[in-house]
Amino acid sequence: MAHATTAEPAAPRAALSGALERHRVLAAAAFLAVFPLVAPFEALAVNILIHGLYALGFNLMFGYLGLLSFGHAALFGGGAYLCGIAIVHFGAPWWVAIPAGIAGAVAIAAIVGALAVRTRGIYFSMVTLALAQCFYYIFYQASDWTGGENGLRGVDLKAIALGPATLDFLDPRTRYYVVAAFVVLALWLLSRILASPFGAVIEAVRENEARARACGYDVTRTRLLAFVLSGAFCGLAGALNALHLSIVPIESMAIETSGLAVMMCLLGGMGTFFGPFVGAAVFLLLESIVSVWTVHWQLVVGAVFVLCVLFFPRGIWGSILHWAAGGGR
Amino acid sequence: MGTLGFDLLALQLFAGVALGAIYVLLAIGLSLIFGMLTVVNFAHGAFFMFGAYAGVFLAARGASFWASLIAVPLIVGAFGLLVERFLIRPLYGRGIDYPLLLTFGLAYMMVEGIRIAFGTLGLPFDTPESLQGATDIGIGFFPTYRLFVIGATAAILLGLWLFLERTRYGLIIRAGARDPQIVRVLGVDVSRVWLLVFGLGTGIAGLAGLLAAPLQGVSPEMGGPVLAEAFVVTVVGGMGSLLGAVVAGLLVGVTVALTSLFVPEMAKVSIFALMAVVLLVRPQGLFGRPGLLS
Repeated sequence: MAHATTAEPAAPRAALSGALERHRVLAAAAFLAVFPLVAPFEALAVNILIHGLYALGFNLMFGYLGLLSFGHAALFGGGAYLCGIAIVHFGAPWWVAIPAGIAGAVAIAAIVGALAVRTRGIYFSMVTLALAQCFYYIFYQASDWTGGENGLRGVDLKAIALGPATLDFLDPRTRYYVVAAFVVLALWLLSRILASPFGAVIEAVRENEARARACGYDVTRTRLLAFVLSGAFCGLAGALNALHLSIVPIESMAIETSGLAVMMCLLGGMGTFFGPFVGAAVFLLLESIVSVWTVHWQLVVGAVFVLCVLFFPRGIWGSILHWAAGGGR
Repeated sequence: MGTLGFDLLALQLFAGVALGAIYVLLAIGLSLIFGMLTVVNFAHGAFFMFGAYAGVFLAARGASFWASLIAVPLIVGAFGLLVERFLIRPLYGRGIDYPLLLTFGLAYMMVEGIRIAFGTLGLPFDTPESLQGATDIGIGFFPTYRLFVIGATAAILLGLWLFLERTRYGLIIRAGARDPQIVRVLGVDVSRVWLLVFGLGTGIAGLAGLLAAPLQGVSPEMGGPVLAEAFVVTVVGGMGSLLGAVVAGLLVGVTVALTSLFVPEMAKVSIFALMAVVLLVRPQGLFGRPGLLS
């Protein structure tokens, strides 16, 4: 819908981006399958995939629904903590722990969402930030369960039993493919959601709330449902992060983590399908390069963010799509 | 409950008012800026932190606390003027989210800048000598410095009220908050008023940081939690309402003080519960106008 305007001279470019758009999940799966064979940086790649997935959940709210949440750390951290608690305190296997993380994030999203969707525009950002801070304090105080300030340690997953086969989770390449499989699954789900009538309603609410309401759609419930779905994606990302790091630091619930999703999404291109992953990749690459020569990495983060807002609001992937659709810079 | 005397309760209430005074100053700046510019300043906590560090900087160079009280809001406010002029002004008319995102990024830069200049660890901040100790206020002894914070906040609010209600500039600001387009048509340079309001709001945030410094010490991260709490106050009071900022600020302060007396482990969470209740009952806030934010 958004890319329907195709100028005449840009036809081949548009055809290419159109094909990519139609087979986006297949393209992503193929890319992720080949990637480690071309560039053997599995550790960084796993990090990018997890944060890209997190930014993707955020993008559903900000890019597609048009609500800027500053509280997604509660969803990411909630998913990480619940997954970690299932393993550390209950000795749960991976196929229980990961759904537990998703369920935890969905529950938090339902609470935050139920309160936040009652407000609009700028209030939404403030309320989500405040409620995320509230969950930060709750998880900080419940140190018997969460380890408090020290974080939740001992989230160890050595092997993944899959029917008769057992995957060695400690092997970097296997770990990469496990995470990639979850990411492809999430991409497929998101693709289906966006292509469904509900996906059309989401974008209709973003474009014109009054008209969507007049057409008979329940705007408040659409927002709440989208927030909960967003929570599921971010919870999965959090759970995978807990397994990847073997620890859940309390910082995963902090405001900075909420900002991370905003930043990656904006950098990659909000409201685009692959933007969050592009943003996560560029952000994490930049981080690992800059931290080599200065500890004051946050200064660079802030500056990149400010420059993006001022001069580059479409983001990287968004600009590529815009160019492919025949638009000028 | 039986073991708690009335005096202790009253003292704790008073402590809540002192804490609330800091919230009031933060929320009033946020509200002022939002009411005029429709910008939510996500760097407000960073300006608060900047004010505290400006106080540290001046104290290390021998300036008295009283001189800092004048100088800090001027320094922080001047920085606010630069931010509005060069960073926020290009974003007007580009949607309500952009200034918000920009100030968020700016907060990162300010926090890291302070870390570079003053180190990553927190610093203590001495209470000025003439304000140390406690004063008998009839119901018991109360820390003198907290009394001073309450008095200073009251003075600032009175000054602000006189400025907004009794001066020509105040008239323009109130008119501009109501309808900037008409004010522009009447020949007023609105952009200058906006610049001034952003400087004023951030200056007050800086002053709040300085006032809070002897109570909690200073650290580069002190702005983060404060930002969330200031948002709670603004949401409870109603965005853009100055009276709402005052009432809600005191209400939040008292809520924190009383829960730390009865259920200390809930003290941090209580104000968010308060916000949740207000959102359920009255989403526009206690003094907010419905539809203001559509």
